Amino acid sequence: MLLAVPAAAGEVIAIQGTLEVIDGDDRSPVPGVTITVSRGDEVIGTAVSDEAGEWRVIVPEPGAYDVTLDVATLPEGVALTDPDRSVLTSVEVRTGQDKVVRFNLGPGVANTVDAWNRIWGLILIGLKLGAIIALCAIGLSLIFGVTGLVNFAHGDLVTLGAMLAFLFNATPLGPGWHLILAAVPAVILSGAFGAAQELGLWRPLRRRRAGLISLIVISIGFGFVLRYLMLVAFKGQPRPYADYAVQTPIDFLGAPIVPKSLVVIAVAAVILVAVGLFLMRTKTGTAMRAVADNADLAESSGIDVNRVILGTWVMGATLAGLGGVLFGASEQVQWDMGFRLLLLVFAAVVLGGLGTAFGAMLGGFVIGVAVEMSTLVIPAEFKTAVALGILIVMLLVRPQGLLGLRERVG
Amino acid sequence: MDPVGILVEAGRAAIGVPAAAYALSAVGLNLQFGYTGLLNFGHVGFMLVGAYGMAITVDQGGPLWLGFIVGLALAVLLGILIGIPTLRLRADYLAIVTIAMGEILRLLVRSRFAAPLTKGVFGIQRFADDFFELNPLPVGRYGVGTLRFDHRTMWVVIVGWVLVVVVTLLVRRLVRSPWGRVVRAIREDEDAARSLGKNVFAYKMQSLMIGGSIGALAGMYLAIDQQNVTPDAYVPLLTFYAFTIVIMGGPGTLWGPVVGSILFWFLFEILDGLMTGAMAEGWFGTLLESTDIGPIRFALFGIGLMWLMAYRPQGLFGSREESLIDGR
Repeated sequence: MLLAVPAAAGEVIAIQGTLEVIDGDDRSPVPGVTITVSRGDEVIGTAVSDEAGEWRVIVPEPGAYDVTLDVATLPEGVALTDPDRSVLTSVEVRTGQDKVVRFNLGPGVANTVDAWNRIWGLILIGLKLGAIIALCAIGLSLIFGVTGLVNFAHGDLVTLGAMLAFLFNATPLGPGWHLILAAVPAVILSGAFGAAQELGLWRPLRRRRAGLISLIVISIGFGFVLRYLMLVAFKGQPRPYADYAVQTPIDFLGAPIVPKSLVVIAVAAVILVAVGLFLMRTKTGTAMRAVADNADLAESSGIDVNRVILGTWVMGATLAGLGGVLFGASEQVQWDMGFRLLLLVFAAVVLGGLGTAFGAMLGGFVIGVAVEMSTLVIPAEFKTAVALGILIVMLLVRPQGLLGLRERVG
Repeated sequence: MDPVGILVEAGRAAIGVPAAAYALSAVGLNLQFGYTGLLNFGHVGFMLVGAYGMAITVDQGGPLWLGFIVGLALAVLLGILIGIPTLRLRADYLAIVTIAMGEILRLLVRSRFAAPLTKGVFGIQRFADDFFELNPLPVGRYGVGTLRFDHRTMWVVIVGWVLVVVVTLLVRRLVRSPWGRVVRAIREDEDAARSLGKNVFAYKMQSLMIGGSIGALAGMYLAIDQQNVTPDAYVPLLTFYAFTIVIMGGPGTLWGPVVGSILFWFLFEILDGLMTGAMAEGWFGTLLESTDIGPIRFALFGIGLMWLMAYRPQGLFGSREESLIDGR
């Protein structure tokens, strides 16, 4: 009980397995492969094998299901030993225990993607991840800029956005709207929650002159509250949205990629340009940058600092909520998805320069692409470690970040 | 609901292994956070390297005492690795790097790459038989009333509290020495300490390494009690248990972490008992399931941490004078 991590909810049954290439005595896991479980024409769920090659799909009730391995998502050099066995039909699931199914994989050349196209594919996936990181990083960086707070609960705002969209999209409680429609109230409510947080928590704390360290620890506590309440509401299992959960990869200039990833990149690009224009061209945006640069100077030139801070919170939380919806659509929705993303977001923000919006965008894309490209040379399970490595090197050589100002770090 | 039963269980936690282990862990964190003002959010990483250092050494055929030394050495090394890039920078950079480092270490010991040594997700078991062979207590149950420990647990509990007292007395010598005055000066005003010619970076580094080693000791102690190390036990939550304990007891006070730990585990178990009892009586109806108790407890824990930091940053009993962690 002492070190217990909350486990998943009670009686669930699932189909699961481990994807491994067995070559003599050598076993190596195969991550990133999409598995789909269906019954008749109805798709029950989909899963992507993790770093250990493990995957698991929850099924609603005992019965017979079809399990499909998406051959296009197999990495280069891995193929089914029997190419006709990519679909396992009528897999029987009984009550009380998970059904384990096995796909036999071996070294092979089923995938004809050449080295250049593989790199291009990783760049695309990296851009998608980077776009999501960038959306989440802007808020974190600007909130730091205007208030000095490093918000350790920012990742949980990302999860909140994803979950609100899930509420409107895929729960019996909600109206069951299409994901694009469900994203609208989710993003608006995320922004409103940012405002509520500033007015109800952070502004009173600033008025009490709480110090930097106090604020950071309070944000950690707030993160716990949000994260574990979302766990109670959502339970432990990852779940996909009702739309776009399963897609067949298409060929994009030589690399196989699911269409939704391209949409994520496009949506994020449009939003990021809009945010950039807002910051550069509008009065409010200029005020935000002014406060982030030097709050006292901004105040003495007649800027209402508290209003700017409120605006920054709304913008940051809205972008984080949108990032959460895109992240959830690109993978699955889970109670700790934002917290897992937070480390990458931190790396992006420090890389770009704490307190800068454009630095956060740049850092997001650099981290996203670097993390995905790293899988060319090191095992995929160390992806997050790559981000930390970049973070540490950056702190050693240029602690103010790519676009940051020297005096911030001292 | 059984109020006596709940109180007994809470008392068991408050004087038992968890309280001793986290008192030790918090003494280390208190040296870093309470005395030096270092925002170490990766204390769990020090606990992890201690526990794994020891478990791996024994698993590879080494004796337990060697594992103990390896665990401490790894903690010192980790302190240096984290300290070099961050200690010259502001507090929040240390917080970011340490919380990330804690997670990376967990991923590392979990990975296939490290599995030949760490046994991956399954972890290492039964490495502390030597410790239990030293147990001088005859077989039996020790304690008062229904609050009793068996001879095995009693041995672990006694060793734990002896460790806590010894380490706290060592920390007392440290913080009352000129070294202690310098680190407190750094906490209050780094620039002032620097202008007196003190090498602030070196003092911070020493504090990080010593506090980390104490954290590693706590990790080893917990691992010995459970005869088990698994990667997914070392989640960031453990760091924040220690933080809450330090803040409850009063950061920068000598016995604060010890009092804080006893109080923390007492309250934590009471909360658990009350919720489990209320659940059994059907107070929550169909709104909550029994698996929700854990998460709700963690959410309440978060509220407690926020409340403490906002209203009692000097600890439940402390005065505001000694605690200027709000300095900036």
